[in-house]
Amino acid sequence: MAASVKAGAALSRASARSLRRYRAARRIGTHLVLLLCGGLFMAPFYWLLSTSFKVSDDLFATPTVWIPTRLTLDNYAQALTFVPYGQYLANTLYISLFAVVATLASCSLVAYGFSRLEWPGRDLFFVVTLATMMLPYPVTLVPTFIVFKWLHWIGTFNPLTWPNFTGNPFFIFLLRQFFMTIPAELSDSARIDGAGELRVFWRIILPLSRPALITTALFTFMNNWNDFLNPLIYLTDQSTYTLALGMQKFVGYHSAEWGPLMAAAVVMSLPVIVLFFLAQRAFIEGITLTGIKE
Amino acid sequence: MIVGGARAKRGPLTRRQRRQLALGLLFTGPWIVGLLAFNVYPILASLFYSFTYYDLLEPPRFVGLSNYGDLLFHDTLFWTALGNTFYYAGGVIAGGTLLDIGLALLLNARVRGMGVYRTLFFLPSVVPAVAGALIWLWVLNPQYGFLNSVLGLVGLPGPSWFQDPAWSKPSLILLGLWTSGQAIIIYLAALQDVPRVLYEAAEIDGAGPWSRTRAITLPMITPAILFNVVIGIILAFQYFTQAYIVGTGLGTVLGGDIGGPLDSTLFVGLYLYNHAFAYLHMGYASAMAWIFTLIILALTLGVMRSSGRWVYYGGVR
Repeated sequence: MAASVKAGAALSRASARSLRRYRAARRIGTHLVLLLCGGLFMAPFYWLLSTSFKVSDDLFATPTVWIPTRLTLDNYAQALTFVPYGQYLANTLYISLFAVVATLASCSLVAYGFSRLEWPGRDLFFVVTLATMMLPYPVTLVPTFIVFKWLHWIGTFNPLTWPNFTGNPFFIFLLRQFFMTIPAELSDSARIDGAGELRVFWRIILPLSRPALITTALFTFMNNWNDFLNPLIYLTDQSTYTLALGMQKFVGYHSAEWGPLMAAAVVMSLPVIVLFFLAQRAFIEGITLTGIKE
Repeated sequence: MIVGGARAKRGPLTRRQRRQLALGLLFTGPWIVGLLAFNVYPILASLFYSFTYYDLLEPPRFVGLSNYGDLLFHDTLFWTALGNTFYYAGGVIAGGTLLDIGLALLLNARVRGMGVYRTLFFLPSVVPAVAGALIWLWVLNPQYGFLNSVLGLVGLPGPSWFQDPAWSKPSLILLGLWTSGQAIIIYLAALQDVPRVLYEAAEIDGAGPWSRTRAITLPMITPAILFNVVIGIILAFQYFTQAYIVGTGLGTVLGGDIGGPLDSTLFVGLYLYNHAFAYLHMGYASAMAWIFTLIILALTLGVMRSSGRWVYYGGVR
């Protein structure tokens, strides 16, 4: 009896060991595949960065210079002086920050109307709002352009900035989902204390919604920073170009100068990549906060 | 007083409901303006323009169905653009579904450093589209690019990628797959929602990793697949920036218009842009936009209808 138990224990110890070994092998395998795929995804970044620091001889050398030993900042100097970089940066920042402020203001108000107020027709209106997210932009592109032309807004920042005050269905949806998770008792007790809706909105709902507001701000900033089609259509004067548009013109004039082009690509991507790393934390904070509320 | 009473009789709303309605409309007011000015009006106006000739210089002239007729029966470039778009959409949706689910499965494994891996795969999708297209134009440079240099190391002759009409679309599909981080995140979220109990039960029944993936994981994430396929269709018909930038880069090398070589990267977005903003054919472009919208609608409805057969929603089938 005792012997068989001992044997069984030895057996299970052996199988536990082999199971552990199998799991370790699988873990290492997973790491290897992930590293390989990750390496493939990162390779273009390596090529981008290494090119941006290469001297021009090394760019077109045979055999290929995989790891440059002669490093230079000339490409960056050229990229930043060929185009009025400061001007483009200022334009892009103006449009992006305007869009952030306007989107936050409009979408949070609208989302409040869709979540914290009870009124007839609200839910039907909300479904219509969601439906507009499916609308492909080509169908609205031409008439919208014509409206802005009537307003003599072509060539100004206005078509890229002011419309943000009318809200954006995606962020209205996002904020509305977040506002829904805030207990109704909080606003009810404030109303009993005599607070108006604007006061409830400003003093209770907004402070509790920081994560969702940060997410909205970051996405809006990135979308506007990266946008190409709208600046291409609406910005006709070189002094109003954004970085994305300025970069496309740069490509047109200097297509073979890969060193400066890659430096320009680094300079344009860096702010959003930095923001993304900051945003990751904000996202996690947002997710955990909503998790606690539920 | 009399007017007020009449109103109360006519409307079924109480005084409190009217007050709430006013408040609701007040708060959603900005979006009511947005909905009317940037959605409802443009849809109606675009439908109207699609039956006209309009070059912005003179008032629109009614031309009946001729824009639609010209597009469908006389404009070969329109069909080229449509074909290119379907090619790109098919490649990026099929390839993306396989790649993104594969990567999401890997990322769902419980090993150390997962946060770093997730960042690696997501990072390309935050790079501005203009910069991303430029990076790939250089990575896929036939003579000095990264990929052909690597292929050269192992003695393989690389294609000319963007510069070859047969390879230009596959090159753009590669770029598209590189930036599919958002889809990966959606699949990953779906994977993390699969109840652990299901796997445990299957393991007890002796199911191996492959059959667990096939019989549990894939059915459970079909709603995410449906979502990504529908979004993929809509995005393919709006595909613009990357093709425009690659076209700009190539234009100075090969000459010719954006959409080259040999119109192989002329997508519907580019073609519509050309007619609207290069040739000022506002009516023609509007007709095009409507045809695209109807195609997107038909495709989306088709996918949704088929979804009854392959999408599994939790317990309710």
